[in-house]
Amino acid sequence: MNQQYSEIKNNSNPLDLREIPVLKYNVFYDLISDFLKDEAKHCLAYYGVETSANLKFYCCIADDNHNSVAVFSHEIDKVGSALKSLTPVCSQLHIFEREIHENFGVEFEGHPWLKPVRYSNDRSDKSKKIENYSFYEIESEELHEVGVGPIHAGVIEPGHFRFICNGEKILHLEIQLGYQHRGIEKLFIEKNDALQRCVLSDSIAGDTSVGHALAHSQLIESLAGIQVSEALQIERCIALEMERLAMHIGDTAALCGDVAYQLGQVACEALRTTIINTTQYWCGNRFGKGLVRPGGSNYPLSNNILDEMLRVLEDTGRRYSEMTDLIYNLPSVLGRIDDIGIVTKQQALSLGAVGMTARTCGILRDIRKTHPFQYYKNYPVRPVIIETGDVLARCMERNLEVHESMIIIRELIEIWRQKIKDIRKPDYAYYLKPNCFAISMVEGWRGEICHLAITDNNGNIVHYKVKDPSLHNWMALALAVRNQEISDFPVCNKSFNLSYCGNDL
Amino acid sequence: MFKEIKVLKSHGKQYVKNLRTQSVSELFRGRPVISGDITKDEIKTISAVCPVMAIDGKSGSIDTGRCVFCKECSFLLPEKIRFTNDYRIASNLREALIIKPGSESLIRLDENRVRKEIRRLFKSALKLRQVSAGGDNSCEMELAATGNVNFDLGRYGIEFVASPRHADGIVITGPVSKNMAEPLQIAYDATPSPKIIILAGTDAISGGIFEGSPALDRSFIETNHIDLFVPGNPLHPLTFINGVMDLLGIKP
Repeated sequence: MNQQYSEIKNNSNPLDLREIPVLKYNVFYDLISDFLKDEAKHCLAYYGVETSANLKFYCCIADDNHNSVAVFSHEIDKVGSALKSLTPVCSQLHIFEREIHENFGVEFEGHPWLKPVRYSNDRSDKSKKIENYSFYEIESEELHEVGVGPIHAGVIEPGHFRFICNGEKILHLEIQLGYQHRGIEKLFIEKNDALQRCVLSDSIAGDTSVGHALAHSQLIESLAGIQVSEALQIERCIALEMERLAMHIGDTAALCGDVAYQLGQVACEALRTTIINTTQYWCGNRFGKGLVRPGGSNYPLSNNILDEMLRVLEDTGRRYSEMTDLIYNLPSVLGRIDDIGIVTKQQALSLGAVGMTARTCGILRDIRKTHPFQYYKNYPVRPVIIETGDVLARCMERNLEVHESMIIIRELIEIWRQKIKDIRKPDYAYYLKPNCFAISMVEGWRGEICHLAITDNNGNIVHYKVKDPSLHNWMALALAVRNQEISDFPVCNKSFNLSYCGNDL
Repeated sequence: MFKEIKVLKSHGKQYVKNLRTQSVSELFRGRPVISGDITKDEIKTISAVCPVMAIDGKSGSIDTGRCVFCKECSFLLPEKIRFTNDYRIASNLREALIIKPGSESLIRLDENRVRKEIRRLFKSALKLRQVSAGGDNSCEMELAATGNVNFDLGRYGIEFVASPRHADGIVITGPVSKNMAEPLQIAYDATPSPKIIILAGTDAISGGIFEGSPALDRSFIETNHIDLFVPGNPLHPLTFINGVMDLLGIKP
């Protein structure tokens, strides 16, 4: 019997393109729908690649129980193609089919709503414009619409939210994204220079610089066959946990701001400052830009930096606990977040939610555990799983992950001290294996980051795909606010804190 | 109540006392200094390495309005190029951001070129509307940080407001994506005159690493007068704060 799919592990040798089975669409269809009946599997990426002759579609399904990813494909002619949509049987594919439709004009029969994902510059139908999109409407004398954005009241990224409300209650929320589209995936191919690609990966989402830069570096290392030392792997894990700490503490501040608890807001803002200033002490940039590079590091850790880090963690940890003990015991705060904005486990599973959103619905999805990378292969993390799926759950997730990350950093520092510090300079003169398919996953603070690349005969990157966890999770926000008061939207939105530019690319 | 007081006590005072002289960590990548004896060959080497063509291949000067502060040129030639931790690198003149070899002079505003009405009207209160146009959220977070308990820019009456109608100017982050070109113009038009424009971060000033992407539309920036350029990737809150205070003529 022919193998229907190839298996690959995170951050391992890339697949030879010829090893990836090309299936007939009906076989492809059945394979995906069979796979996704299993709750431990979800779709990592499903995307189209234009070749000179036709359109080829790659699908990657992650198996969380076996640390492996199944990769398979199908292809079609470029013109006049229509496929039977998988979305009616596997909802989580809705966003991927929308993206394929937007990029190549492929019709998916039976897809409920082929709305553009980001109005990308090279979309197939240029008559669809972000400024003249007509939003979903419900005709009724009792309903009204509220439009917010793209420019919001705060100093944040742009996106449009269109609410259909029944009195004060949200009946339906439609989220319109694409304002941040900068054409990143194309730039990864056009900029045929290692350093340019690194700088680009730093800027996919500036709040996740370390996460995306690490995903990119891992991808390059696997394509170029570069092994990095354990000391460097530990340093990268520490950088990733520092980013998680900073963002979780900053989000705690913002959530306090949204429920008008000023003490919690200002105290946590100051605590975030101490963490990002430590990252700056380490590498000269508060967001860790430039810290992660393929093959090596420009900023190897030193005992000096670690002593400062430990001092800050000690102090910040104590003050954060003191503050959160107060925050999460205040009736005026709890009244605003408890039992608000619920995502059920069933919803999270059907959307293919990842990261914090999945973990707060009782689903174990944490790449550090399920598809371990870097030093997490040797250091088992203890993912924080909460069942309730509301705003409070997402707050507590952050609260507990802050403590967990601090423990991880402390323990990793101890391990680091025992290792030989053989850390090279970054490698920008790499040679990539030709005709390969590589995948790289990282658990950023939001969740699963995935970068994929395909090389040609000469080892040049001909296709680069970036997937931010937000791509899966934006729909979870839309579902969470249904039947909530519209005044609860800000706190719901903040509790997810999804990336606009990560979605828009 | 007592718990709140305990928290206040254990946090203590967090604010930066002097926003003009506050020192930042040594490794912070601020104003670059290029040695005067850099050779032609060395200039060639570093300008070829620069990911954003911020180094002029002939003169060897570094344009901090294009620089993404990756510091790779300095790693290559540490004796010839160093990045100081001087964060006061904002100016009202685009040319002032270009640093020539041998120059140790600081980046400052040209007082004579500041529009007269800016100081007359906004010196004691400046309200700004921030527009993110393809920004990656790092510049946005640093701008938000200018108002936090550490930097507390509000002490000078400088604040970000929700509506452009309440604002005296706009602060743009990001390389200006095509999809944000129209909302940006609308926000600017809704701001009452006289009004200022500040470009925050390298992406806004030159497009940064995104320069040349067909998904951008930088016509707004090319056709309007810019009152302040604030370099950085992302900009440091202190760079923005000092730039704006200089623009308004607020004395230290």
